[in-house]
Amino acid sequence: MVDKLKSKNFNGRALVMIAYILFLLLPIYWLINMSLKQNSEIISVFSIWPKNLTFDNYRTILTDPSWYMGYINSMIYVVENVIISLIVALPAAYAFSRYRFLGDKHLFFWLLSNRMAPPAVFALPFFQLYSSIGLFDTHIAVALAHTLFNVPLAVWILEGFMRGVPKEIDETAYIDGYSFPRFFVRIFMPLIASGIGVTAFFCFMFSWVELLLSRTLTSIDAKPITAVMTRTVSAAGMDWGVLAAAGVLTIVPGALVIYFVRHYIAKGFALGRV
Amino acid sequence: MLELIGVSKKIAGITQFHKTDLAFERGTMNVLLGATLAGKTSLMRLMAGLDKPTTGKVLWQGKDVTGVRVQKRNIAMVYQQFINYPAFSVYENIASPLRLQGKSKSEIDHAVRETAEMLKLTAQLDAKPLSLSGGQQQRCALARALVKGAGLVLLDEPLANLDYKLREELRAEIPKIFEASGSIFVYATTEAEEALLLGGNTATLWEGKITQFGPTHAVYRQPLNITTARIFSNPPLNTLPVTKAGACLQFAGDQQIPCLSPTPNGQYTLGFRSHHLQLKSNKEARLAFKCRVDICEITGADTLLHLRFGDQHWTSLLEGVHPYTQQEELNLYVDPSHFYLFDAQGDLCAQPRAA
Repeated sequence: MVDKLKSKNFNGRALVMIAYILFLLLPIYWLINMSLKQNSEIISVFSIWPKNLTFDNYRTILTDPSWYMGYINSMIYVVENVIISLIVALPAAYAFSRYRFLGDKHLFFWLLSNRMAPPAVFALPFFQLYSSIGLFDTHIAVALAHTLFNVPLAVWILEGFMRGVPKEIDETAYIDGYSFPRFFVRIFMPLIASGIGVTAFFCFMFSWVELLLSRTLTSIDAKPITAVMTRTVSAAGMDWGVLAAAGVLTIVPGALVIYFVRHYIAKGFALGRV
Repeated sequence: MLELIGVSKKIAGITQFHKTDLAFERGTMNVLLGATLAGKTSLMRLMAGLDKPTTGKVLWQGKDVTGVRVQKRNIAMVYQQFINYPAFSVYENIASPLRLQGKSKSEIDHAVRETAEMLKLTAQLDAKPLSLSGGQQQRCALARALVKGAGLVLLDEPLANLDYKLREELRAEIPKIFEASGSIFVYATTEAEEALLLGGNTATLWEGKITQFGPTHAVYRQPLNITTARIFSNPPLNTLPVTKAGACLQFAGDQQIPCLSPTPNGQYTLGFRSHHLQLKSNKEARLAFKCRVDICEITGADTLLHLRFGDQHWTSLLEGVHPYTQQEELNLYVDPSHFYLFDAQGDLCAQPRAA
């Protein structure tokens, strides 16, 4: 009797969950579905799964430099951006968490207000500035442009994690004889390792999906994958299959990164203040 | 030898510590006794060099070290919170100050194992500090402070966060560790009992001032003022405002007791400790006070009575179990030779003959 009730209960809940998950996964499934079809099938008929399974679309992307260089370019500037953001934000967050100085609270808020402006606002000044100093169409240009948005976020998150570390640990280390840089790298950074991971994840996510600045600041040499994907209208019309395959491959890195930091993300969203 | 000369500390215009001179001799145990916020930690941070004094100088072995960075000073400190490096093993925690001093591998190994043995940490050397119990974590912090052989070891309420059993155990060990080290120990505590057990010298602190400094038992028996006596009494000091007229002390209107002290007439405060307020009268304890019971706390072998005498709150520590009920009235007796007499400024005028 009890078992029956339980299983009935379970089914009811499971049904809702399954429906919800199906609903969430539908667009992703459709993308994968499309990426495994030929263009003719995509356009002409409605099919739940590919009738003529083909991996040609993926082959195109992985062999054609104009496609795979997009991924490489994106990864280069994303990694550069994450590294720069962390290097800048770690000392800044430490200062905010440990010292009181004139206007510290205002500065802290002002940092975050940087994120309130849409990237489009900065597209024009960045474009003009980078063109005039010869940084246009380089990876570092995009990486630097993205730090404008990522450094404030990184400072904000890291400060929360650092505040959770008692100040007495710093002092004990100084008393033991640690110099500041040595203490910071050897003692302090391992303590906030999860915070650094979460911060890197948020920087990665922003930089990886950001389209407007990266497209404006690049033309050929540093063209990111998101820009490549939006320029696929050829003389033969839209190449739906290849576009879908590119979409699938763009999701993969993000999904991988989320998988590795999934335990810390909740804390990261709370900016370390859990 | 550590000397503080005219040292004071202000933060944002608020005085944390008033101008103070203090000297700790080489190889002494010094207790800073005072309630929370009395300035114990402020004073320790000045000694350590973590904070710079607003005025005055800190001398270490005759040399001015006021502005010297913490890293350059030969000190060690243990906090109330269990502060270790969570990323390192216990072994690496203890070894870290030695590694920074550039000692050789075998020397470090020898010192770490010896200190770990002394603090009963040998079995935990490979564990991470956070996987240990509170007592073991604090032992690890103590080991790290002791291993470097610092000339000045600052212990800021090191046992406050431990449970009762562990506290007793470590408290018994600290004097032994101190004897073996030969350094200056400074030990901050809120508990009078702890100061008495540690011995050495005691400085009593009240609102950022040192009210008295001297050998612990002398400070306990002969407090120079009522503040010191209050700080150094647990349960709290019993007090009674009295008026001296001739050879008598008058209180509560009509009652009086004889007083032979040659102090002038005027307002005074009488003070005596709770264990001197007893149930039975005898030849010595002959002065009776009719008190009303507020609360009766029975702790195994002892009874602590919270009493009311007139508008004074008193306590009486009695041996044995005495289950009195609330509001019960009873006579308690004091030997007048245990009385301290403080004048209107709170300074000691007459002290017990027994001391």
